[in-house]
Amino acid sequence: MAATTAPETAAPAAAGGNAMHDARRRLSWSVINLLVVVYALVPVLWIVSLSFKTSDTINDGNFIPRSWTMDNYAEIFSTGIFTRALINSIGIALISTFIAVSLAVMAAYAIARLDFPGKRALIGVSLLIAMFPQISLVTPLFNIERELGLFDTWPGLILPYITFALPLAIYTLSAFFREIPWELEKAAKMDGATPIQAFRRVIVPLAAPGVVTSAILVFIFCWNDFLFAISLTASESARTVPAALAFFTGASQFEDPTGTISAAAVVITIPIVIFVLLFQRRIVAGLTSGAVKG
Amino acid sequence: MAEIVLDQVSKRYPDGALAVSEVNLTVADGEFIILVGPSGCGKSTTLNMVAGLEDITAGELRIDGERMNERAPKDRDIAMVFQSYALYPHMTVRENMAFPLRLAKVDDGTVRRKVEEAAQVLDLTEHLDRRPSNLSGGQRQRVAMGRAIVRDPKAFLMDEPLSNLDAKLRGQMRTSLSRLQKKLGTTTLYVTHDQTEAMTLGDRIVVLQGGNVQQIGSPQHLYDEPANLFVAGFIGSPSMNFLPVTVENDRLSTPLGSVPLPDRSRTLLSAADAPRELIAGIRPEHFEDAALVEDHLRDKGHTFTGTVDVLESLGSEKYAYFELEGEGPQARQLADLASVTGSADEGGGPRQLIARLSAATRAKEGAELDVWFDPAHILLFDPDSGRNLTRAE
Repeated sequence: MAATTAPETAAPAAAGGNAMHDARRRLSWSVINLLVVVYALVPVLWIVSLSFKTSDTINDGNFIPRSWTMDNYAEIFSTGIFTRALINSIGIALISTFIAVSLAVMAAYAIARLDFPGKRALIGVSLLIAMFPQISLVTPLFNIERELGLFDTWPGLILPYITFALPLAIYTLSAFFREIPWELEKAAKMDGATPIQAFRRVIVPLAAPGVVTSAILVFIFCWNDFLFAISLTASESARTVPAALAFFTGASQFEDPTGTISAAAVVITIPIVIFVLLFQRRIVAGLTSGAVKG
Repeated sequence: MAEIVLDQVSKRYPDGALAVSEVNLTVADGEFIILVGPSGCGKSTTLNMVAGLEDITAGELRIDGERMNERAPKDRDIAMVFQSYALYPHMTVRENMAFPLRLAKVDDGTVRRKVEEAAQVLDLTEHLDRRPSNLSGGQRQRVAMGRAIVRDPKAFLMDEPLSNLDAKLRGQMRTSLSRLQKKLGTTTLYVTHDQTEAMTLGDRIVVLQGGNVQQIGSPQHLYDEPANLFVAGFIGSPSMNFLPVTVENDRLSTPLGSVPLPDRSRTLLSAADAPRELIAGIRPEHFEDAALVEDHLRDKGHTFTGTVDVLESLGSEKYAYFELEGEGPQARQLADLASVTGSADEGGGPRQLIARLSAATRAKEGAELDVWFDPAHILLFDPDSGRNLTRAE
């Protein structure tokens, strides 16, 4: 920039100035990045730190625990409350994700590729559902589920999760389907594929990054939900971890459960982190390159 | 190997637009047929109807005598090569080419053998395990061809398969495509908007315009005896010159002077009960620098003098452009043609004439030149219907 416009004699000096300018730019960006990372990660690390503290040092305000202990982890797994809740969480989230994504794949394909009456209405309704304040539905859902015998059961949570996750999944997936050239499908048909085969062997593999992305989003949505989990469950039989955390108590009525809650919070973060790390490459990788001239 | 028959095939879209109107075409077994026309003429729609990718509104499609209208694409046993190639990006070249065979549940040994044979033919052997995204345009195009030929279909359908290649590669692929089709002897329907491709590849050409078949015939036939103004103007590059002319007794009054009407034309004109105002068409190569024409020929033809407006030298020949005085020819088909070729001057006003001269010509830009032509080469068209009046049916 500056070097190209400067006279030749001044070039070395200008180049030096340029390097310094670059260094300063890099420094300022590093500072900003660091700030963002710190802002995002300090609370998480704080929780991790709390989970390793003994109960008498919990309130000492040290970021790095003075005395390390695994007691909190041992404790949450020793009582049935947490393990049971963990099983509920995993089961309910996986089943909801599976059903929601399977339905969304088909719905998104239809929205992206087919013309059918009521298409706009469908898109509108799904957007409406996504926007709907969930809190206003809790009471009616509570009553309905009690009448139907769904209250405090797995399906009682899976059903509302699917409902609220579907719009999200449909939106992300239809964007992916729209990216896939239509000619690939025509080519598959000409090559002798039935519509189902074309969909399964050509379209779905290409939409895989999208399917994985939306599966992760849906899973996180179900995994993190607190509102439905606390309102539509009453016992251990369907209570998920976020709700179960609220019922944590210390060993005695007067003991502070902070340590165990922190340990539980760390444990439920781990599956999400693993999930994202595992599929990060697939999410990022665009598979469609090279399909058509471009 | 199959005979494809289109019997009064029409396509009307739900919004009422008629894309293809009553096409009648019989493609003989092993024949190479080109569908050519400007964009939006219905050629791709016709191809998609044969493929089964679009429904046929009216008429019947028969392959080997069997009605195909209601059959799904996969049951028609036709392979198609797409303009975009439509290769499956998540599969290697080998898997791409094997895909139709896999769907047909062919056993692994046969799949391997057939894919390798096809790869051999198309010079793709060393690329079999690469993915389409790592291939060049020409290689991708060959993979698309390979996917079509592996399963020995009854017919090939090709939708502008070469239009995404650069000019030089397109020329090479054109030749190898022609060779491949001869070797395999498979019935082929080929869509293009490029009239050079149409002329060089096809056994027969179908010229389409606005969903209507304008003419079907061999490349030479279409070139020499176009059925109407549209075909005359569309086939041939540079395109045919059109001039407004008037028939006066036995002579033709043209902007290039008055020329005698050839006997053959005169008989045909009187038989057709032609109007007096006509449009004459004459191809650029039928002109020559009068100085280069031998004397005994010069007297047979007609010579006019014009100022060379622009001179383009191609090395082997030269194109001389002349500006003509007066109104240009007026005809609906010429207007269609103008909207297609993008030349704005067809509507009227001063018109230009292109002459293809021998490279030996002394013509200079801005200088006057004597140009000779043989009136026997003049084609006469009816301005209203666009019909070629000098063509014996």
